[in-house]
Amino acid sequence: MSDVIEPNKLAPRRTLAAVNASLPRRHAAEKRFRLYGLAAIIVGLVALAILFLDILVKGYSAFWQTNIALDVFIDPEIVDPVGKRDPEQLALSDYDALLRASLARIFPDVKERVKKRELNGLISGGAPFDLRDRVLADPSLIGQTVRIWVTASADVDMYTKGYLRSDAPESEQRLKDYQFAWLEALDADRRLEKRFNTRLFSAGDSREPELAGIWGAVAGSFYTLIVTLSLSLPIGVAAAIYLEEFAPRNRWTDLIEVNINNLAAVPSIVFGLLGLAVFINFFHLPRSSPLVGGLVLTLMTLPVIIIAGRSALKSVPPSIREGALGVGASPMQTVLHHVLPLALPGMLTGAIIGMARALGESAPLLMIGMVAFIVEIPRSTLDAATVLPVQIYLWADSPERAFVERTSAAILVLLAFLILMNGLAVYLRKRYERRW
Amino acid sequence: MEKTSLFFLLLVLSSVAYYLGRQRSLSVAGGRARELHSLPSYHGFYVSLWAVVPALSLLFAWLAFEDPIVTRLVTDALPGEVQSASPDHLSLVLNDIRNVAAGQASGEPDPVIRQAADHYRHLQVLSNRLLTLLAVLLAVAGAWFARGRISVRHRARNKVENSVMIFLVVCSTAAIFTTIGIVLSVLFESLVFFQKVPVTEFLFGLSWSPQMAIRAEQVGSSGAFGAVPLFTGTLLISLIAMLVAVPIGLLSAIYLAEYASPRLRAIGKPLLEILAGIPTVVYGFFAALTVAPFIRNVGTTLGLDVSSESALAAGLVMGIMIIPFVSSLSDDFINAVPQSLRDGAYALGATQSETIRQVIIPAALPGIVGGILLGVSRAIGETMIVVMAAGLSANLTFNPLQAVTTVTTQIVTLLVGDQEFDSPKTLAAFALGLVLFLVTLVLNMIALYIVRKYREQYE
Repeated sequence: MSDVIEPNKLAPRRTLAAVNASLPRRHAAEKRFRLYGLAAIIVGLVALAILFLDILVKGYSAFWQTNIALDVFIDPEIVDPVGKRDPEQLALSDYDALLRASLARIFPDVKERVKKRELNGLISGGAPFDLRDRVLADPSLIGQTVRIWVTASADVDMYTKGYLRSDAPESEQRLKDYQFAWLEALDADRRLEKRFNTRLFSAGDSREPELAGIWGAVAGSFYTLIVTLSLSLPIGVAAAIYLEEFAPRNRWTDLIEVNINNLAAVPSIVFGLLGLAVFINFFHLPRSSPLVGGLVLTLMTLPVIIIAGRSALKSVPPSIREGALGVGASPMQTVLHHVLPLALPGMLTGAIIGMARALGESAPLLMIGMVAFIVEIPRSTLDAATVLPVQIYLWADSPERAFVERTSAAILVLLAFLILMNGLAVYLRKRYERRW
Repeated sequence: MEKTSLFFLLLVLSSVAYYLGRQRSLSVAGGRARELHSLPSYHGFYVSLWAVVPALSLLFAWLAFEDPIVTRLVTDALPGEVQSASPDHLSLVLNDIRNVAAGQASGEPDPVIRQAADHYRHLQVLSNRLLTLLAVLLAVAGAWFARGRISVRHRARNKVENSVMIFLVVCSTAAIFTTIGIVLSVLFESLVFFQKVPVTEFLFGLSWSPQMAIRAEQVGSSGAFGAVPLFTGTLLISLIAMLVAVPIGLLSAIYLAEYASPRLRAIGKPLLEILAGIPTVVYGFFAALTVAPFIRNVGTTLGLDVSSESALAAGLVMGIMIIPFVSSLSDDFINAVPQSLRDGAYALGATQSETIRQVIIPAALPGIVGGILLGVSRAIGETMIVVMAAGLSANLTFNPLQAVTTVTTQIVTLLVGDQEFDSPKTLAAFALGLVLFLVTLVLNMIALYIVRKYREQYE
């Protein structure tokens, strides 16, 4: 009989031995698994860091723009031959000639036509207008020689920022050797200086990188978001209130719910097709206008706002409703006077996040023609406009190094806005969040 | 008066009406507000609604019908030979007239057009005056009528609340109308497209070259609309994206939910979610200017022939973008698995990773699958990254180092720029949109169904 008992007594020990033998392998597997997880997070975060650093490194230099110092003789013969100081006459004068003359004084030995043209190409096409504005502001400058800083062309800008090297092979060169010599001479003369690039923030789009700015796109984004906010917030809040507080649970409200959840995941470009077919082709609203853009983005952000609004309403405890009903408020009064104010911070947070998404959206706006090259700053929701992300898309298509820099700078501005909006949302949530 | 200023005038009138209604109710009750059925402010709202709603409806109706009617009148007044011209020509003439009327004419216009433009402008002014007059009259009449109905027993609150309720209900149907709008707009144009190009050719054709000749008799004027290369291109890029996003997203969700200290979790989770908040155009720029050249350089040093617009670059970057979509939903579901299941596994002697692999993942699987499906639908519908980083050539290939094109890229290229709504080239974009919408709809439906069903299981 003892023979029979023995194996039973041994069995747990044998299992234990088997388990113990497998332990190193299992612990190694445990460690490996843990490492995989950590590695995954690190890969994700490294990708994020590379993305930000890459754009920062490419873009930070765009906030400075090279200027060239010129001693310009504001020749009365050219600027104001009549001598009346008539602003209309002054506005039409050939300021380019003044700049050309002062460049020629710095480099007197440049005589050939082609080279002269290249020499004049060092200053931006926008420089004469700067000079004109200065003279118009202060006509007493006429007849004097003034030292002014004019905007340099994109190539000069790239040179001072170190993106163009004179020692690179000739075939990859944008500038010729003698042009580098001019630039070195100007630099030695302390005539080149990088200054804060105000034009980037004040100008509209331009074909010349050094004259291009994001203000037009920012204004377009502003008008578009105004339309979006003023439509999607009231409609979204109203829909959330109805669905959460009043709607009976039946097929119809189920359908609405499924619809909302679905719309939140429909690709944004499909909304662009809707905008093109309905708002532009059917209702004949003006193409490329912030109004149509805002309408399309409204439809896109509505689901976000409704979903956020419903969860904000859900988090208000039933005791609030019961209390209000108990002292005789009507259901509508209960909701509008008592529940809604408590849920509003949560709803606003959702709305801000929705707006941030709308601000970064570009695909549907391509469909409705907000990709045009627009120099003018839009002044209303009906003007043709573009928005910041679309401006980035447009600039990203330009091969010049100077546009790469500006694209990255525009991205930095866009990201700054997004961080600001999301930060505001986080702050609102922290400040007004109530735990019941 | 301009319509915007009319709108603001109506708002001013409505606040005046509110004040009048309030005063009236108080004076009816002899100053004793408690005699009234409804609070004085409800009487105010009642009058104000009567003032503004009919007038605003008129304004909107006017906006919808004014232009067609004015255009009709102007067309009728045009000389006979212009009227009998082709519809295209007529619409050009009308466009000219509008431009001249708006003062944006270039050069000296034709006398016929000048005359028509004057007529047009005259009609516009007339219509605006009429509208202002009618709207203000309607507002005043409405307010006067409502004011007359105020009495001590008047149930103003119920009426105002009913109107608010109607507003709420109407707003809640916005989502339905959006869906209907999407379906109708892509369906109509697609049907027109399928009359010109058979459905079978579109769905199963192997060559895609939508270039339409300007003149009908030109060589190659027909174009080819076989969308299979686009579908394979989309699938290839989405596949690469999911190969990046699923392992990284899932593993990081597991680590954050099961292993990470609360501090790491508090920092790591929001940081990863930043990836979802970055605008896609930024990813597109990153893919086109940093990742694609990098991959090409690496490929060249390895002796591989890599296209500068390789599917790999777009797919990799898209994968990074989708990481948070996979990870945050998986994270939610891993957290929703009850602690008792973990405790049971630990009690049987399983290590933590064995518990995760054999207990938690199977239990959270529906949620994880739902998250992955939503990620796939996001990848298929993603536009800016592929527009900027993937090519335009419709190659039928599964080589990730070559350039492929996608459905969304083609929609954008077909619709940006000049559009003619009678050429298959423009209409093809809507057919592609229909396919895109249907595919993502099915994916979303399945994902949401799984997620919803599973949520109920543990609640």
